Amino acid sequence: MTSPQNELLQPVPDDDGAPFWEYAARGELRMQACAAEGCGELRFPPRPCCPHCQSFDSEWRLMSGRGRIWSYVTAHPPLLPAYAALAPYDVVLVELAEAPQIRLVGNLVGNGNGNGNGSAPKPRIGAAVTADFREHPDGLPLPHWRLERP
Amino acid sequence: MGVSTLKDVTAIAGIGQTPFAKQLPESEKALACRAILAALDDAGIKPAEVDAFASYTMENTDEVEVAKAIGAGDVTFFAKTGYGGGGSCGTIAHLSAAIATGQATVGVAWRSRKRGSGPRPWTNTAVQLPTPAQWTRPYGLLRPADEIGMLTRRYMHEYGATRDHLFNVALACRNRANQNPAAMMYERPMTRESYMSSRWISEPLCLFDNCLETDGALACVVVSAERARDLRQKPVYVHSAAQGLPAQHHGMVNYWNDDPLSGPSWTAARHLWKSADFGPDDVDVAQIYDAFTPLIPLSLEGYGFCGRGEGAAFTEGGALETGGRLPINTSGGGLSEAYVHGFNLINEGVRQLRGTSTAQVPNAATCLVTAGEGVPTSALLLRS
Repeated sequence: MTSPQNELLQPVPDDDGAPFWEYAARGELRMQACAAEGCGELRFPPRPCCPHCQSFDSEWRLMSGRGRIWSYVTAHPPLLPAYAALAPYDVVLVELAEAPQIRLVGNLVGNGNGNGNGSAPKPRIGAAVTADFREHPDGLPLPHWRLERP
Repeated sequence: MGVSTLKDVTAIAGIGQTPFAKQLPESEKALACRAILAALDDAGIKPAEVDAFASYTMENTDEVEVAKAIGAGDVTFFAKTGYGGGGSCGTIAHLSAAIATGQATVGVAWRSRKRGSGPRPWTNTAVQLPTPAQWTRPYGLLRPADEIGMLTRRYMHEYGATRDHLFNVALACRNRANQNPAAMMYERPMTRESYMSSRWISEPLCLFDNCLETDGALACVVVSAERARDLRQKPVYVHSAAQGLPAQHHGMVNYWNDDPLSGPSWTAARHLWKSADFGPDDVDVAQIYDAFTPLIPLSLEGYGFCGRGEGAAFTEGGALETGGRLPINTSGGGLSEAYVHGFNLINEGVRQLRGTSTAQVPNAATCLVTAGEGVPTSALLLRS
């Protein structure tokens, strides 16, 4: 294989974020939510206590996996070598249907079998997307996003 | 028992800087010392009188090194503000607070950086800041230009801003740099065609929407207003100072709250104006942090020069040029003079109020200087 300098970056979770990645590896999009009675607010990025009620009790709530593209960029070099090899590529920001104030950074994938089946579709602001947990052909981390109507 | 105020209690009495270039031979430490000694010489103050230092993060030379090299006296106040370019004006704010409360008498703030010849911070993959980089970098959102590009596209979508608006910003900075022999882009005019045909970095941002990469250093000397009046330079008073870290703010990846387009400038501005004797309409010239062109319309809104969503339109009709509604970045700014994490904006604010800018606004008496928008920030209102 190549040196770390030539590989895509994998998430380096902190204590608070680790459950997100563990659930994602199982194909579930879950968000941290306050577990205090009468609160239940979702929060992202994960953190030790609830900014609404200051409770340290939390749970990981299953999301529908639906969202909309809030914005996107198309990255061109200079980039890290492994990313430069993919450039130009789009990075999307997806607001979640259940919590529009939570916007996940990610990449679009095609609607085929998810195994290098051709280039990803072009993003549009406002387009409906669904989380996709199949392995990315380029090795990017889970989850990815698929256009509901390509 | 009123709350004491910083208003006009301190003044910037000296400024200094090194040349700006893609590559300078000396170390950051040597450049820092040169800029600081130049600022003290400008003020007519001996290094042994310095008893306070202020810097901001991503500065590699610490107070111990600077103090012993320049021959400072016993130092009784030193502070370092966080968030890189968001901290530039915070240095002056902290020195002013220290001097106003009797903790020190002669303060030095500085920035030295070799980003022209040194590595780009985002290429460091060993430093994987888990929060918030785990949520962004693996997907290829690697650089500050990508992070701000995301906000920029949304801003354009919501408010009808175009690349021509961003060009207006780049051009104003370039035109001022073309008047400033110290600027890296002094002899490099920009046209609409050269802007529009430059290569993409992170669409919608092109090369000329990004600041320069510079080796260089700058410094300021802050003393009490009373002392400043006895010194050789015309005092430039620190009229108001503020920092800003909004509720539920996340830095340049401010994607996880109700309104990502209301950045720290809004928070800093509320405090800045609250403690000032004048308002946005009374600002003669502004030095607005410009690591990326879209930070200008966002800051114009945040600091109250126009309404929400009106920042792009504000740039039309030469508003940011000499003689316009609000001349900005009159030495060329980070886009066209030098990118030294915004400290050159402070020195240029001082020159405007002394009347010594290479793009002097006639009779300028008030100047807004801002630090990085999009990260926890800071700002100053200076007056002559």
